[in-house]
Amino acid sequence: MRVALFVPCFIDAFFPEVAIATLELLERLGIEVEYPLDQTCCGQPVANSGCQEDAAGAEALFVKNFAGFDHIVTPSGSCTHHIRYHFDAIPQTDEVKQVRERTFELVEFLHDILEVDAFPWAEFPHKVGLHNSCGTLRSLRHASMSELGEPFFSKPLALLSKVKGIEMVTPSRPDECCGFGGTFSVFEEPVSAKMGYDKVTDHKNAGAEYIVSADNSCLMHQKGCAERLGVDLKFIHIAQILNGDNA
Amino acid sequence: MKRIDHAEASSFFIAEKENEAFHDKRLWDLRQKRDHQRDDVPEWNELRELASAIKEHTLSHLSDYLEQFEDNAKKNGAHVHWALDAEEHNRIVHEILADHGVNTLVKSKSMLTEECELRPYLARRGIDVIETDLGERIQQLDDEPPSHIVVPAVHKLRGNVADVFARTLGSDPDNDDPHYLSEQARVTTRPYFLAAEAGMTGGNFAVAETGAVVVCTNEGNADLSATVPPLQLASVGIEKIIPRTEHLAVFVRMLSRSAVGSPITQYTSHYRKPKDGGELHIVLVDNGRSERLGMEDFWTSLKCIRCGACMNTCPVYRRSGGLSYGGVYSGPIGIILNPTYDLRKYSNLPFASTLNGSCTNVCPVKINIHEQIYQWRRILSEHNQLPFVKKAAMKVTGKVLADPKAYRRTIAATDVAMEHLPRFLLYTRFNAWGKQREVPVTPDQTFHAWYLKNRGTS
Ligand code: SF4
Repeated sequence: MRVALFVPCFIDAFFPEVAIATLELLERLGIEVEYPLDQTCCGQPVANSGCQEDAAGAEALFVKNFAGFDHIVTPSGSCTHHIRYHFDAIPQTDEVKQVRERTFELVEFLHDILEVDAFPWAEFPHKVGLHNSCGTLRSLRHASMSELGEPFFSKPLALLSKVKGIEMVTPSRPDECCGFGGTFSVFEEPVSAKMGYDKVTDHKNAGAEYIVSADNSCLMHQKGCAERLGVDLKFIHIAQILNGDNA
Repeated sequence: MKRIDHAEASSFFIAEKENEAFHDKRLWDLRQKRDHQRDDVPEWNELRELASAIKEHTLSHLSDYLEQFEDNAKKNGAHVHWALDAEEHNRIVHEILADHGVNTLVKSKSMLTEECELRPYLARRGIDVIETDLGERIQQLDDEPPSHIVVPAVHKLRGNVADVFARTLGSDPDNDDPHYLSEQARVTTRPYFLAAEAGMTGGNFAVAETGAVVVCTNEGNADLSATVPPLQLASVGIEKIIPRTEHLAVFVRMLSRSAVGSPITQYTSHYRKPKDGGELHIVLVDNGRSERLGMEDFWTSLKCIRCGACMNTCPVYRRSGGLSYGGVYSGPIGIILNPTYDLRKYSNLPFASTLNGSCTNVCPVKINIHEQIYQWRRILSEHNQLPFVKKAAMKVTGKVLADPKAYRRTIAATDVAMEHLPRFLLYTRFNAWGKQREVPVTPDQTFHAWYLKNRGTS
């Protein structure tokens, strides 16, 4: 099994520890991970702004870097969503389609593909609130969605429940978007910040010490909001908890 | 036409802290009530499928059903008029009213007449229009458009309403008791019901096989508007047609549950014939709808039954208020409808969304709202409707992302502070990120650098 690690641009630049945790975690699980050095980004920020043709170069490069792997794993729900559902600025050759189909977000990969049933090295004796980003929740289907009233399930909670000492808390609006939304965070700054304030307050009121998520972009936004608001919360990517990083 | 600046308008609404908090809570409450109602209907998701299928079938045979409706309505003794656009609609309505010497028209809530700007049109021609829905009346008195398609004044606190009524109706400005306020509206509106020579409603559904117009309300005001004066008018968008009465069994079950979380509206009135000695005029309005029907990516937006569930669940709408969208329709449905009326004016709206997808999940007729929002972004870009700076930034970003060496150089330059964040992360509205948020601390090295050092490849 050839597995490639895709490290999205903002994780590369701002959250190297998340990428390191992902790499180490996969290695602990016995996987040999390759990291193609010429990788940049999946093109999402450009395509999400409507600039389809400007995304073509990034997409072509992505395919060049990741063609031929059995699985491409990334610690980002929103990038996976983009690659799976919107990555169509370039002609959809078999190679492109294959790369798109083989790209997995980390939680999916652990839960659905590897079916990991234990993280013996992981211990996290804290109260933790889970943030399902909208991409992981409503597109990748990490968990049941409150709008539909479907039977409860949650892949990230299933994984986190295998971590020693962790205590999960539930905010009053677990499904509510935190207001990051990529470029929304700057183009629609007033609403974005207000949504972030409400989100971190909701978690704090539920008793959380940490917010965990499979999407670090949401966490970056929430952290910025919490710090400005003076809400004492810590933020951590799910890869770090599962890897046993004791923050 | 100036572009609507949703972001700026939302900052004004958010600054009204109490209004914003109440608005968010009240609408979230409606969303939760809707969830409970959904749980009481085990076949909910089947109903959604069915509702969507009926609408798609009808829309793809629209001209047949419209003609059938017209035939049957005429057989019932109604007059049927066709209006291509808002202007024609208003002219038809005015002619009917003028023919009958009408000075006062009582009207129940209709988004279509808002769309056509009927009220000012008639006012200019000396005809008084009195809104009879409480929320719509509040908005009329305050000279504001409705901010929500179901609860038009939901952005106002009762203190705001007391102010409006004190100013316009002469009521006690210090009494904001809801009973007192609705009583004020009632006693001042009642005389118009009795005096009005004509009444007007919209229509939630128009049934092809019977020629009936069906109106759903909670206040019974539509019934007063329709039944007290001898002359009755109903303006109906052509997409409101459903083939058969039995189809109401699907839609009526979903409408009020989705809208306000009640099992059914208090009043569901079926208007078929003119009253004895009176007249019934039905105006079927296109106003851009047939053009929309031809839009491959957006025609399914015509399935909308105007329940407002997408607005209630929308985290952006709840915080920005309906008026911030600057159009007749607001919230998620407004984002996908308004650009069909004026691409440039509403070109910012598709960006007033995080694309979180909650709207799509609650929509009773399964419109893929958030995917249409995404699609509008592409269309806007293709039609050169993105602000120049954004467009230029995206060009540069696209180039950098396609070139590993240029990319590495950009990333390497990011280790200082806010001003130096890579343009492709934060390229606009200088320092918009840092206004109300702290900036992430830049680490000593990128993952890329760590990898080269620790895993020693290349
Ligand atoms: S788009 Fe769907 S949810 Fe929104 S108002 Fe229309 S029918 Fe209701």
